[in-house]
This record gives sequence, structure tokens and C-alpha cells, in this order.
Amino acid sequence: MNIFKAIFCSSLGKKYIMGLTGLALFGFVIGHMVGNLQIFMGQEKINAYAAMLKSVPKLLWVARIGLLFCVGLHIWAASQLVRENRAARPSRYEVNDPTVTTFASRTMIWSGLIVFAFIVYHLFDFTIAPDYLGHDAKDRHDVFKMVILGFSNPFSSLFYIIANGLLCIHLSHGVKSLFQSLGFSTGQFRGWFDRFAVVIAWVIFIGNTSIPAAVLLGFGKEVL
Amino acid sequence: MKLTLKIWRQKNGNDAGGFVTYQANDVNKDMSFLEMLDVVNEGLIAEGKDPVAFDSDCREGICGTCSLVINGVPHGGQKATTACQLHMRHFQDGQTITIEPWRARPFPVVRDLVVDRDAFDKIIQSGGFVSASTGGTPDANAIPISKDASDAAMDAAQCIGCGACVAACKNASAMLFVSAKVSHLGLLPQGKVEKDRRVLAMVKTMDEAGFGNCTVTGACEAVCPKEISLDFISRLNRDYATAVFKSAWGAK
Ligand code: HEM
Ligand code: FES
Repeated sequence: MNIFKAIFCSSLGKKYIMGLTGLALFGFVIGHMVGNLQIFMGQEKINAYAAMLKSVPKLLWVARIGLLFCVGLHIWAASQLVRENRAARPSRYEVNDPTVTTFASRTMIWSGLIVFAFIVYHLFDFTIAPDYLGHDAKDRHDVFKMVILGFSNPFSSLFYIIANGLLCIHLSHGVKSLFQSLGFSTGQFRGWFDRFAVVIAWVIFIGNTSIPAAVLLGFGKEVL
Repeated sequence: MKLTLKIWRQKNGNDAGGFVTYQANDVNKDMSFLEMLDVVNEGLIAEGKDPVAFDSDCREGICGTCSLVINGVPHGGQKATTACQLHMRHFQDGQTITIEPWRARPFPVVRDLVVDRDAFDKIIQSGGFVSASTGGTPDANAIPISKDASDAAMDAAQCIGCGACVAACKNASAMLFVSAKVSHLGLLPQGKVEKDRRVLAMVKTMDEAGFGNCTVTGACEAVCPKEISLDFISRLNRDYATAVFKSAWGAK
């Protein structure tokens, strides 16, 4: 049996791809948040952290290419699955009763696509072509000032907050769903995964949006 | 009770179909939903009109033939109840009830509310059986089976194959059905032998039939008249992965 065919061309296989790439991206989202929260420990700490990340370029690029690969596969599998799903239900019901289904579970493709658009914008904003590229006293890239400057623009902050809301809606369903797709959600585990997904989605939302919220409330004004 | 019924009428697979509204003026609250339709049909026949075609057989919730989407919910939304076991007392006098067939590409409409569920039979034919001859009835307890395995197998074996899971799923996915069949056989010693071959074949047939993919919305589990749990889909995912890896590396 051809293992690639069994995974890339079957319904269940594509869900494994969704789940595994989703898990990797979820892991990144957590790491990204924890790293960024160091901004509250001051300019010195966050700039040192950024310099540390860039100190081993090979490792950095392995991580970047890995993430890009995961995003690519995740979107590829999503587009295949969604196309098949729509083909399987060509005619709608006259009366639609969503019964127990959640808003998040019905709108995964939309939350996903908007999050993707945000990721592209976010990369241009802070990684590829930041408006501000100054250096601090120790001649490191002044990430602290860049972030404070970026989020001082209320529109930029607002987009960031909305996109994070959608990401967390995506994850409130995605995280429980990935354990189901990978075959772990049986018996008492299901309840735990369902609760974990909602809690972690809130933690990520509050953690990530605390930065623009703090900046809008005046945090870090002194560097401007 | 007086009811307004909005019923899907379609002459055959090629007809576009549409809703026709009927008044049912003397519905007894103790009738089952299908008995209510029988009365409506008697009226139509008396007027020389075509009765509404719908499927039914046992009318006691065990055969899985009845298949009506009632106000947007397959089998009408009473917990663990098939349409034939649904009683009119759950509806209000004067209510409008919309009745539609299962909607899924692999379940084409044959006529009115009747759909063709051959796709399920094909899935069963591809692996939903035990091909070993099991001989005469063995002595009780001759084959030890753990209580957990037998309970889970019996829960899965409850599936009557009605297709409400497909009808309720926004993706018309048949994974709840397939997972129930795969688990009820694969958990027991007689069926375990062919577990890997079974899951590979049944998933392949399911995909070929054109069913959608599970998005874990939980709609299937909610409408299932036999309360088949979403856990079985997770188990199906696990069984399929194991089977793929085992067969790819030629492991026994
Ligand atoms: C940071 C970015 C993202 C993360 C962390 C993430 C995470 C996840 C996770 C964990 C799942 C559940 C997988 C499963 O059901 O097994 C999922 C599902 C899904 N994702 Fe994403 N995702 C991200 C971005 C995207 C993007 C950019 C799209 C755009 C196309 C997308 C579309 C989807 C869709 C449609 C599903 C549902 C698939 C299904 O249930 O059939 N996601 N995502
Ligand atoms: S007619 Fe047999 S289950 Fe409803």
C-alpha cells in the first residue's frame, strides 16, 4: 500500500494533515505569545530575546521554513476538504437548525482565511519591512520601540486585536478537533480536550491582545 | 390539532422538486409522525391526488428506514428518537412543520421524501462483515471478552444505518456511520482478525461515494436516534492510521 496515497488522497488522511500542521502552528502560537510577553519585563529583556532568536541564523531559518511548510500544507488540506464538503451537500435545507454545533466549528474556513491575511500583514509589519529599524544602546535591533510605535497606531492595534479574536475562535474549535482527528478523543479524554481548547484559546487571546491594549493605554510611552 | 405542512415534492431524480403546502386538520396528538403523514396521504388519495412518498418499515425505531428532516433536524430533534417513534404531542396546535428528505450527493432523491441509500450498502459490502466461518454457537464464556470492549462494541452495534448523521452534517460526512460499523466488528475477537483490511476498504468506499469530511461539529451525534458517540470517529481515525502504517511497512 502506498502510504502517501493513503494519507494525501483519503478523507481521514487529509484530516491527519490538518491536525498535525494545526498542532505545529498551535505550538508556535503559544511559543510566540510567551516570548512576546517578555515585553512587559522591559526594553532590555525583549531586545535581548530578539537578538538571541537571531543569533543562530540556521536554526531560525529551519524554523521559518518549517512553519511556512505547515501553513502551506494546512491551507492545501483545508481547501481540498472544504471543496469536497461543499460538493457532498449540493442542495441546502429549507429550514436550517444548527442543533448543537458551535459558531466556531461552522466557520473554520473563514476564521482561517482572515487569520492568514493577518499573518501576511503582520509579517510585513514587524519582520519583512518594519517601518522602524532603529537600534538600542547596545546596538541591538530595538524591538521594544518598534512594537510600541506599531501599536501606537490604533488601527494597527485594532486589526491585531480582531485577528487574534478570530485566531482564538479558530483554536477554540481547532484544538479539540485535532485530538479527534488524530484519534485521541475517546472516553474521558474528550471532555478534557474540549475544555482545554476553550481555556487555551482565551489564554492566547488575553495574552496576545494585552500588548496592544497596554500600548494604547500608555505603556512604553517614554521611548517614543 | 391543526397543522400546516410544508412538504418537499419531487417526481423523480431528474425533477427539480419544490415545496407544497398542505393543511392537516384532524391530527391526533397520540399519532406518530408517520401515522400523521398516513392520514394526510389518505386525504390526498381521496381527492385523487398523488400521495407523499416516504420510507418506513418497522415503525418501532429499529430498522433505520424512516428518513425525514423535520424543521431542519433529521428525525425531528427528540433525543434518541426516530421519525417513526416521534409523537405529535411534541408539536403545537397551529404549528407549521417543514418536511424535507435527507440531502447529500451520495443520497439522491428517488421521489418526494425517499432517498437512495445504496452508498451505505456499498460501504458495508466493502468490509462491514466477518468473513471467517464462526461455526456453531460456542459455549458461553468460551471466548473471553472484556466488559469494556463488549460494552463499546454493543454501543456501536446500535447503529441502524438510517443516515441521519449524513443528513445532519453540514459536510454530509458518513464518518459516524462508518466508525460505528468499524468499531462494532473490530472490537470483538471474531472481527478483530480483519480489522485493518476492513477499515482501509470501508474508508476507501466511503470516499469514493462522495461523502464529505468530518469537521467535528457534533451534529451527527446530536441527531443520532441510537446515540452513537463521536468517540467512535476518533477511534476510526486511530484504526485507520494504524492500518495504513502497518500495511505500508508490511507489519503483521
Ligand atoms: C496560526 C494559524 C493557524 C492555526 C494555529 C490553525 C490551527 C488549526 C487546528 C488545530 C485545526 C484543527 C485540525 C483538525 O481538525 O484536526 C484547524 C482546522 C482548520 N483550519 Fe486552521 N489554523 C491556522 C490557520 C489557518 C488558515 C490560514 C486557514 C486558511 C485556509 C485555516 C483553515 C482551517 C480549516 C478550514 C480547518 C477545519 C478543517 C476541518 O475541520 O475539516 N487555518 N486549524
Ligand atoms: S421505520 Fe424503522 S426505524 Fe423508523
